[in-house]
Amino acid sequence: MTNKQTHLNLYKKIGLLALSLALVGIFAIACKAKNTSNGEYVSLPQAQKQDSLASIAAFKDVYAVLMHPRCMNCHPTGDIPLQGDESRIHTMLPQRGPDGKGISTMKCATCHAATGVPGEHTPPGNPSWHLPPADMKMVFQGKSARELALQLVNPEKNGHKDMQALREHAEDTLVKSGWNIGGHRELPPLSYDEFKEVWYAWIDNGAYAPSN
Amino acid sequence: MALYTINVNGTSHQVDVDPDTPLLWILRDNLRLLGTKYGCGIAHCGVCTIHLDGEATRSCAYPISAIENKKIVTIEGLSEKGDHPVQKAWIEHDVPQCGYCQAGQIMTAASLLAQNSNPSDDEIRRAMNGNLCRCATYTRINRAIKTASKEM
Repeated sequence: MTNKQTHLNLYKKIGLLALSLALVGIFAIACKAKNTSNGEYVSLPQAQKQDSLASIAAFKDVYAVLMHPRCMNCHPTGDIPLQGDESRIHTMLPQRGPDGKGISTMKCATCHAATGVPGEHTPPGNPSWHLPPADMKMVFQGKSARELALQLVNPEKNGHKDMQALREHAEDTLVKSGWNIGGHRELPPLSYDEFKEVWYAWIDNGAYAPSN
Repeated sequence: MALYTINVNGTSHQVDVDPDTPLLWILRDNLRLLGTKYGCGIAHCGVCTIHLDGEATRSCAYPISAIENKKIVTIEGLSEKGDHPVQKAWIEHDVPQCGYCQAGQIMTAASLLAQNSNPSDDEIRRAMNGNLCRCATYTRINRAIKTASKEM
């Protein structure tokens, strides 16, 4: 091999390396700066698929569940939870409190035991019954699908969850209790397994926010 | 049926009941502690309030299986001689009319004052929101709590 050929091979290798680095950089920026049409950023894990249509289609079903009384009643705009299939203000006016678990003699656990007693209209049981805390209220009530999607993926508004923690939130015992509420209370529009499927589909396809 | 050991007013009791049985049923039917009343049975009125580890709790909505080793105090065990500051203030202000709700009212008020010995009017109102009085003696209840707070 001549000196000229050796130099050409070296230049090719350097060129390929530079091209590879540039592609990695572009991919990283693309993953970091999605959903930026209104200036809000959504950080996504590098390995995720990017299918905005599939993600937004899944979120339509996610939104229908999250805005159902079984979910939304504990994500109110005010500091008093909602109650019942009509999402009326909770009787007795229990307050959110700093940690979301109520105040002094009016804590959630005052009436909601770890397991409820059987019967119509008895308080549903859960060992961790609570609202979001006062310093991050994670309001669902009144939110559009786009507003809620952007809130869910923002760690400053979603309880400091990264995308993996957000994904795993589907396994939270209080989330699950929405499907095991007791009495004749209406259940969310999807089964729990169906909800998990669309929740994961929304996140795994990029956690896109719908346009409205 | 299952065997449970519970501590009520400092005394240990064994009861053989269904795990879903509300604590109120056990207090009244098994232990014959009749000071705690049945009102609505769905934790909406506060009449059945007792203390679980010092926390005001609705005994009608609390199954025995969830008690574990928590200490239970009923109105009978709030004080040895009925002389808890809230009980004394209750008499001073002649609070009860029919009296059916007062055990729950007193237990909630005592729990509030144990956590906050000098509550504001607003804090009293918020803490007592879950205890209904069909005779509407709320003004006297609030005054009695203010009086009791001076002794706490």
